[in-house]
Amino acid sequence: MAFLTTRRTLIAVTAVLALGTALSGPASAQDKIKLTFLFDNTPSTVTMAEALAAAFEAKHPNIDIETEPRPGGAEGDNITKTRLATGEMNDIFLYNAGSLFQAINPVQNLVDLTGDPMLANVQESFQSTVTGTDGKIYGVPIGTAMGGGILYNKRIYAELGLSVPKSWSEFMANNEKIKAAGKAPVIQTFGDTWTSQLFVLGDYYNVQAAVPTFAADYTAGKAKYASTPAAMKGFERQEEVFKAGYLNEDFAAAVFTDGVTQLATGEGAHYPMLSFAVTNIKELAPDNLNDVGFFAIPGDDASSNGLTTWMPAGLYIPKSSAHQAEARQFLAFVASVEGCDVQTAAVGAAGPYLVKGCTLPADVPPVVADLQTYFEEGGHSAPALEYLSPIKGPALEQITVEVGSGIRSAADGAALYDEDVRKQAMQLGLPGWN
Amino acid sequence: MTIAVEANAAPAARPAASAKARSAYPSWFYLPAAIIYGVLFLLPTVASLFFSLTRWTLFEAQFIGLDNFAQFFKEPFLVKGLTNTLIYGVVTSSLKVVLGMLLALLLTSDIIGRGYLRAVVFFPVLVSTIGVGITFTVMMHPTQGIINETIALFGLKGPGWLTDPRFALMSVALVDVWKGVGLATVIYIAGVVSIPQDYFEAAKIDGATSWQNFWAITLPLLRPATVTVVTLSLIGGLRSFDIIWAMTKGGPGFTSDVIASVIYKQYQAGFYGLSTAGNVVLFVLVAIIIVPLSIWFNRREIEQ
Repeated sequence: MAFLTTRRTLIAVTAVLALGTALSGPASAQDKIKLTFLFDNTPSTVTMAEALAAAFEAKHPNIDIETEPRPGGAEGDNITKTRLATGEMNDIFLYNAGSLFQAINPVQNLVDLTGDPMLANVQESFQSTVTGTDGKIYGVPIGTAMGGGILYNKRIYAELGLSVPKSWSEFMANNEKIKAAGKAPVIQTFGDTWTSQLFVLGDYYNVQAAVPTFAADYTAGKAKYASTPAAMKGFERQEEVFKAGYLNEDFAAAVFTDGVTQLATGEGAHYPMLSFAVTNIKELAPDNLNDVGFFAIPGDDASSNGLTTWMPAGLYIPKSSAHQAEARQFLAFVASVEGCDVQTAAVGAAGPYLVKGCTLPADVPPVVADLQTYFEEGGHSAPALEYLSPIKGPALEQITVEVGSGIRSAADGAALYDEDVRKQAMQLGLPGWN
Repeated sequence: MTIAVEANAAPAARPAASAKARSAYPSWFYLPAAIIYGVLFLLPTVASLFFSLTRWTLFEAQFIGLDNFAQFFKEPFLVKGLTNTLIYGVVTSSLKVVLGMLLALLLTSDIIGRGYLRAVVFFPVLVSTIGVGITFTVMMHPTQGIINETIALFGLKGPGWLTDPRFALMSVALVDVWKGVGLATVIYIAGVVSIPQDYFEAAKIDGATSWQNFWAITLPLLRPATVTVVTLSLIGGLRSFDIIWAMTKGGPGFTSDVIASVIYKQYQAGFYGLSTAGNVVLFVLVAIIIVPLSIWFNRREIEQ
């Protein structure tokens, strides 16, 4: 009995020392430290998050990670904001970098990671998207960089003898031929409203090519979507695709996973989406993984074709967490070469990692190979607006659903979005807006 | 009802009680109720009036006067939301009155399996609204839903019940009626049963037809039940949110948004002050509609 007690105390002391935290109560070996981990319920994110948690637990037997998926889109924003505001956020949570990150009030809510050795592994381009208004860094990347463009079915392209379009008119010409062949040229999935935004958000490479100062002027309240012809294009193109009758029959009710399946199995030819969907193809239609390729949303001019890129989501620790030291250990694990390898093993290679030293396997799916060409040919990719400006209007997804299903005109939609942006800017308290 | 009886009976039992002791109970008996009412109702009401005048992040509130109200009334979705709310409230409430009354008449007549049928009509009231919403969403899927697949058997093409902006709100309203008509029916059954048979016997002697029976006896004597059903279902319809959110989330786009879903979206976006202002607007709107209606109904009742 006495021996047992001593042993327990010894283990407890070791555990406390190892963790570097001053625990006031006695801990026993049986009492694992429980960390909770919140992430979105996209199937690939769930697989990846659970694999990371399992690998981390194997390395740290004293820590138990309880995973919790949440809905994505506006519903997910709501859960995240409410939990942060009420101090009930999980010990670790996954959330977007960039403007959505600014909207969760990082300076007030999150643990400052500046100076933590784990950040030495993280590329500077990502660090800047998880930096608060106070200049401190609050997160590490999970997942890979992405492109916002068009996933296409290579088999349909081969059957119809089409080539990857470099300009919008080529794209529309391809659509006409695909429609004539009896397939849905463009897949839209408005059952998940967030999927409707790609024509607008993914067009930003073309916007900044035409108006290089757009991001700065937009943040300052000087440039508007409705009054900037290049920025209006995204809304107009979404409208054009609908009016031409190029959408899949169930576009209004289909959800993201329907879209992925329809594309991979060849029911539809194009799906405007973020390239991360490749991990979902692997999950939902593994046999068709090599049938899907990727290209940037084409602009007017074939000679200035380039890709709008997205940063991976970040992992953050709320100030309310009772186990910040252990949570930091998990973040450090994710932002390491080992963490990248666990992610690749779980969901496959989806794009370039933002952690130094991480590499992709030699045989990547065609989507990733296509994606990499844009990242390699320096100068042909540009970050999406949400990484250059803290403002993203929360109602964009409903507006693009309306424009994309012919309920509202493109001009109306753009004007409505400008109003939405103004509300967000005022809530953030940015100068120059009132 | 019982409370009223006791309150009346108590002074009668003690006729010698002084004028001071108007109530049978010491006043501190009211304290628990007063505290609960104050903390859970009065305080939030006052607080929300204050926060509706601020730009609020849940941590800090900056006073901005009536800007939130100005912004809320400028919301382009608000006009749509307001009209949708009124349409939704009126449609669900009137359908519940008509269907509830007809079902009550049917279920109080001599039909086979009356008890079973009563239970069946009431059953949807007991089911979770979200569950009903999700089930009907699946059934109303434009291509794979059971409703349109059935229509397709007859060689017709069913509409996108929830995805066509022309039908979305009405589809949700119909599901709401299906779910809520049971309650209206039960209230009406109670009303029909409580009509004394003497009237019908007297009418029979006078040679009244069954239509005259309904028009001259049943309908007027069902007034209290109608008042209850209209008030309850109109309030329910005007602040309806759960079933709309479960089925369309106000979509496609903003076409089936009601005030409550517009407000909820402002919360989702983190515009806490603005959405609180929206709640104040909703409160005022419901009060403007219900208070005169209730006064009017009650006056008519007394006049009778």
